[in-house]
Amino acid sequence: MADAIGQRLERKEDYRFLTGAGQYTDDVNFPNQSYAYFLRSPHAHAVIKSIDHAKASAAPGVVKIFTGADLDGKMGGLPCGWLITDVNGQPMKEPPHPVLAIGKVRFVGDQVALVIADTFAEAREAAELIEIDYDVLPAVVDTGSASASKTAVHDIAPDNVCYVWALGDKAAVDAAFAKAFKVTKLHIENNRLIPNAMETRGANAHYSRADESYTLYVSNQNPHVERLLMTAFVLGLPEHKVRVIAPDVGGGFGSKIYLYGEETALVWASKQVNRPIKWTGDRSEAFLSDAHGRDHVTEAELALDKDGNFLALRVNTTANMGAYLSTFASCIPTILYATLLAGQYKTPAIHCTVKAVFTNTAPVDAYRGAGRPEATYVVERLASAAARDMGLSQEEIRRRNFITTFPYATPVALTYDTGDYVSIMNKANKLADVAGFDARKKASGAKGKLRGLGYASYIEACGLAPSNIAGALGARAGLFEAGEVRVHPTGKVTVFTGSHSHGQGHETTFAQVVSSKLGIPVEDIDIVHGDTGRVPFGMGTYGSRSLAVGGSAIVKAADKIIAKGKKIAAHLLEAADTDIEFTNGEFKVTGTDKKKTFAEVALTAYVPHNYPLDKLEPGLNENAFYDPTNFTYPAGTYITEVEIDSETGEVKVDKFTAVDDFGNIINPMIVEGQVHGGITQGIGQALLENAVYDKESGQLLSATYMDYAMPRADNLPNYVLDTTCTPCTHNPLGVKGCGEAGAIGAPAAIMNAVVDALAAVGVKDMQMPASSHRVWEAMQQAKMPAAAE
Amino acid sequence: MQLSLTVNGKAVNAEVEPRTLLVDFLRNQRHLTGVHVGCDTAQCGACTITMDGRAVKSCNMLAVQAAGCSVTTIEGLAAEDGTMHPMQAAFKTHHGLQCGFCTPGMVMSALELKGRKLSDDEIRAALDGNMCRCTGYQNIVKSVQAGLTAMK
Repeated sequence: MADAIGQRLERKEDYRFLTGAGQYTDDVNFPNQSYAYFLRSPHAHAVIKSIDHAKASAAPGVVKIFTGADLDGKMGGLPCGWLITDVNGQPMKEPPHPVLAIGKVRFVGDQVALVIADTFAEAREAAELIEIDYDVLPAVVDTGSASASKTAVHDIAPDNVCYVWALGDKAAVDAAFAKAFKVTKLHIENNRLIPNAMETRGANAHYSRADESYTLYVSNQNPHVERLLMTAFVLGLPEHKVRVIAPDVGGGFGSKIYLYGEETALVWASKQVNRPIKWTGDRSEAFLSDAHGRDHVTEAELALDKDGNFLALRVNTTANMGAYLSTFASCIPTILYATLLAGQYKTPAIHCTVKAVFTNTAPVDAYRGAGRPEATYVVERLASAAARDMGLSQEEIRRRNFITTFPYATPVALTYDTGDYVSIMNKANKLADVAGFDARKKASGAKGKLRGLGYASYIEACGLAPSNIAGALGARAGLFEAGEVRVHPTGKVTVFTGSHSHGQGHETTFAQVVSSKLGIPVEDIDIVHGDTGRVPFGMGTYGSRSLAVGGSAIVKAADKIIAKGKKIAAHLLEAADTDIEFTNGEFKVTGTDKKKTFAEVALTAYVPHNYPLDKLEPGLNENAFYDPTNFTYPAGTYITEVEIDSETGEVKVDKFTAVDDFGNIINPMIVEGQVHGGITQGIGQALLENAVYDKESGQLLSATYMDYAMPRADNLPNYVLDTTCTPCTHNPLGVKGCGEAGAIGAPAAIMNAVVDALAAVGVKDMQMPASSHRVWEAMQQAKMPAAAE
Repeated sequence: MQLSLTVNGKAVNAEVEPRTLLVDFLRNQRHLTGVHVGCDTAQCGACTITMDGRAVKSCNMLAVQAAGCSVTTIEGLAAEDGTMHPMQAAFKTHHGLQCGFCTPGMVMSALELKGRKLSDDEIRAALDGNMCRCTGYQNIVKSVQAGLTAMK
């Protein structure tokens, strides 16, 4: 049997998705089920003076209506999982995050009342009868000026500052800037994005009086974390009495990591009304209330010597937290951002200050890449801008600064275990036919179009995370992963993993890993995930960690299976344990043809008639927990060419070349799919997507697909991909993770190309998204005499 | 109101509220949960079905408007023995799906292109009413090309 690792196997999960047999949360129903509708705030910031739901409660079909006052004192608030310590040594400001708004609403979409009725239509219609007297307050909206606002989102943070945090050696950076030959500066706005998984959030909560237990179906990326946070920190329920099932989940991209108020309210209320309660958010609710991503304003400076060597990097970022701290909000613009500012370069001194601010907008948290796209955007925009300032090519300035020896300790707390950035660059340059760019630029010019070339050489820290390091940095959770390999008597295998698949194809990739380890066909292995009632424990899927951490846990469990199998085989074959070798699914006595198959050993474990019962337990079922010793460091170089219509400002991505080093690859087909998707979200950020709040009223202006431009099939070219491989040195599979890379590398590559193209008409810089309108405006402004200077 | 139509080849008679959307009728009354709802503005295409051979967004019409029509959902494509339709099989072969949520709508939209010889760009244009957040569309285009070839 060929080794399953490295094969482009078709996915085991696809048949059900392709025949309509997938089971997403909204497809789950229970007898006597009721329906929930959440009445949300129409105001960005207001005092709730009174809520009158007498009329609504008497409306047809209404079961019960709850408001914040009904929940107050009966449960805690939603917790934040990462404590950031301010530069003054104080803990970050952690304002209460109520499950339903209490006293005040703080963003448009904040949930105010839970209406439960026999049908969804009745719940929604009753909600319209609820009378709420609001005293509308001024709203804090703008990221950059929030800390100067006279209005406070929370009383405990009068200046709207959650924390000011810093990393790096400030004195060394100042000294390097003082002797710099050249300083390149950029003002960078990293646009706010709305994740937009195609399946909206939803939940179905069910309480059983028979055994005082709860079952929650929820569209979520980490059901065990969801359960732990909900039971231990909010509802005070016994953890073992709550089962959380995240069945088929229609995309996450970060937005389904978090514990939200909706499902928490549903679990609590299901006991109060003693009926299952179903809620499916609609797309408008998703726009308003899913945790958003990015939203940074940054001043960045790079000091260079006369040869274009990077001397120091100084970064000052303001990050928008939104109205409340979402589950991992605080660590995104700090731990997952500033630590990545070395990029692929040997910049000797780096200092970064981050000010996190509260505003009257939806909470902001991890979105595909989470901090790392923002860091890459800063470093890579600066690198290309510096190249222009120094008269070097984008390629050359990168080559002069690449890290070339490993392990490499950066000045921002990480140690890269391995990599080969020069080889990636060589491959990408060739694949992108950079040599032919000038000719293509000329051809575009002949058509009246501007062509630009953009590079981005990204690095990411994935495989989150060594628990002790994360803990020292403020994490309030461990970041290991758990796995169980259950061998059945017939030698078939069920694997239970704490990782969650919501598009990543774990049912296939993980089966390939186990097939390779145990030497049995992929068809004989099923992967179970997403159910706290079946999987022993789990930390879930985010930060490109599933294979590197979750896969490693499964490898550890499989190793235990093999170790026990050797003892069983040794007994059967009357040999010493140490003389048994296991290859291709067979236990053999070394140097002989005496052997037992995997299935024979499995059967013996469960029918232990001839078995060393005095030394060994029957059965063949092993658990493992894997805690990584370091992050993994995927890296790549992306090269893009854009063509801009100088009449309309329309930016067309003409060529996109991506070369990534993900370490070893289990299923190249799935990896390519992940890269395609990531790149597309990155192009979306660079050219199309933008969450816009009205600066005065705090209304979300981009709250439908008519206003928020999602990448569609006809906005994009076919991408050209390749990989290099330096295996990760510290996990058993040598893998690094591939889920976020595209979204990390693409925005800078695209924007560097846009700026390169627009330089020809005097435009010096451009913020994302480079929509036709913005590009056209910039071109017009550059034509004006004042701008010409 | 009384509604008579054909769903996945079978005659169906049902009682529906006049305001019931076709997608809700299919999901809630016919239990065809492969028909998905991804937005509320007829933009995403996750609810696409075919009605008398034309791809239609089932969130954008009332159930009663389908009276007398023949509706096919993703559940109606595979053969009796479970063998997938060539378009479904092409999506599997070419990794044209990840989370699977947009997939039924994508496949149903692609079926409407039967019999046409299209460039990649033309397929991209034809699918611009169906959103996918996972795949970046490249493998969907590849799948549709292969599916159309296999359907000839």
